[in-house]
Amino acid sequence: MSLPISQQIENEASSIQSEDRNAGEAASKISVRDLNFYYGRSQALHGISIEIQEHVVTAFIGPSGCGKSTFLRTLNRMNDIILGTRVEGQVLIDGQDIYSPATDVVDLRRKVGMVFQKSNPFPKSIFDNVAYGLRINRMTSSKSVLEGCVEQALKDAALWDEVKDRLKTSALGLSGGQQQRLCIARALAIQPDVILMDEPASALDPLATAKIEGLIHDLKQQYTIVIVTHNMQQAARVSDQTAFFLLGKLIEVNSTERMFTAPNEKLTEDYITGRFG
Amino acid sequence: MQQHRHLDDELSSLRDRLLLLGGEAERALDRAMHALTERDSEAAKEVLAHDDEIDRLEVEIDRQCIDIIALRQPAARDLRFVIAVVKIAPVLERIADHACNIARAAMDLNNEPQVRSTVDVQRMAEHATGMLHAALDAFAANDPELARQIIQRDKEINNLYNHVFRDLIESMVIEPAAAQRAARLLFVAKHLERIGDYVTDICELTVYMALAAFIKHTK
Repeated sequence: MSLPISQQIENEASSIQSEDRNAGEAASKISVRDLNFYYGRSQALHGISIEIQEHVVTAFIGPSGCGKSTFLRTLNRMNDIILGTRVEGQVLIDGQDIYSPATDVVDLRRKVGMVFQKSNPFPKSIFDNVAYGLRINRMTSSKSVLEGCVEQALKDAALWDEVKDRLKTSALGLSGGQQQRLCIARALAIQPDVILMDEPASALDPLATAKIEGLIHDLKQQYTIVIVTHNMQQAARVSDQTAFFLLGKLIEVNSTERMFTAPNEKLTEDYITGRFG
Repeated sequence: MQQHRHLDDELSSLRDRLLLLGGEAERALDRAMHALTERDSEAAKEVLAHDDEIDRLEVEIDRQCIDIIALRQPAARDLRFVIAVVKIAPVLERIADHACNIARAAMDLNNEPQVRSTVDVQRMAEHATGMLHAALDAFAANDPELARQIIQRDKEINNLYNHVFRDLIESMVIEPAAAQRAARLLFVAKHLERIGDYVTDICELTVYMALAAFIKHTK
């Protein structure tokens, strides 16, 4: 016999809550608690709280100026280099507050690597680009270990087969897509736990974009990845969890599947369906 | 602020076309039952002649849905709407196919003496037609509560079918000479019972469209 309608609705609601609870049970790599961020007197982020799970790809979406890139940059204190900025609240990575005075920012940025919108290889050889972080962090003094690490990073970035015969040539001679993967290899070489990507494929053609997206999928087995993207289809393709930002506020964070089929918040739905003015 | 979107026009056109297909399926069922109860074989022929048009409409809706998915990449409620339409269109086409089968049965039965009683079959048809009409209203109004209420009404058709089944089997025993006619009428009843199931599918898809809730195969 069918249940009364009110009971069916209640069951559905509990099933959704149960899914949410299950999602929350995954290990949290980054916990952000009530984060406010200011550029001078202007508040750019308002009370952001979010759990970013380990070995999961989390996408930040939202219109230009919504604060998603600013928030990404709070996760490895990249905003510290901008004068007049101020942070309130906590960002815990593996339980450690990265804004505590005891934090070594260089060590933090080794642990939390970053890939930018525009590929930015150094005007050096392909090999030296990847080896750069290993050298300045004095991670090895052995030439053979260094070579092994560079090769592994290039393999992990799905670039090795394309460059293995020209490691000593300039990185500036690579295509845009290859340069971006080189930057990912450079980030991977110093063995981070978390990789932050700020619109990593926005300047790339569809084929190069597909390679970066495939790479993100492969890398999440080993790393926690956070990606900012303007391309909602890209967020849908690559991420497991999506967060929607608007006017410096986190409106909704949900599984990507739910976000793109049945978001909880009307603002989210209006944005992802293009109804938002 | 809400923006006007080109997609809104396309979704609106898709909704209109699906409701047109629904109206055609309703009309086919109504005319097929008229052919049976009024022994009007011309009406039955009209139903059969119009089926190609219904098939064509279904294919048009399919194409329109594929275009929207490929070119507009709808998300959230837009996506659920398109998915609901792409799944409801073949259901409506199947309902029209059942109406054609009823029309064929009517043409056969109209050449023979009248079957003993078709009252319960007519009642089944009234239920099926009413459910289909209400289901299309629920879809058009994006009304999940109405859709859920219509699903409950399928039981009535099933009960009537069981009654008709027993009645017609009994008539076959009592009057073996009329067994073939009774069997044809039994098939008509079965078509109506299936239409009730199809209307339930439409209602389940309407609930999905409105609430993103999957209620298919749930008790």
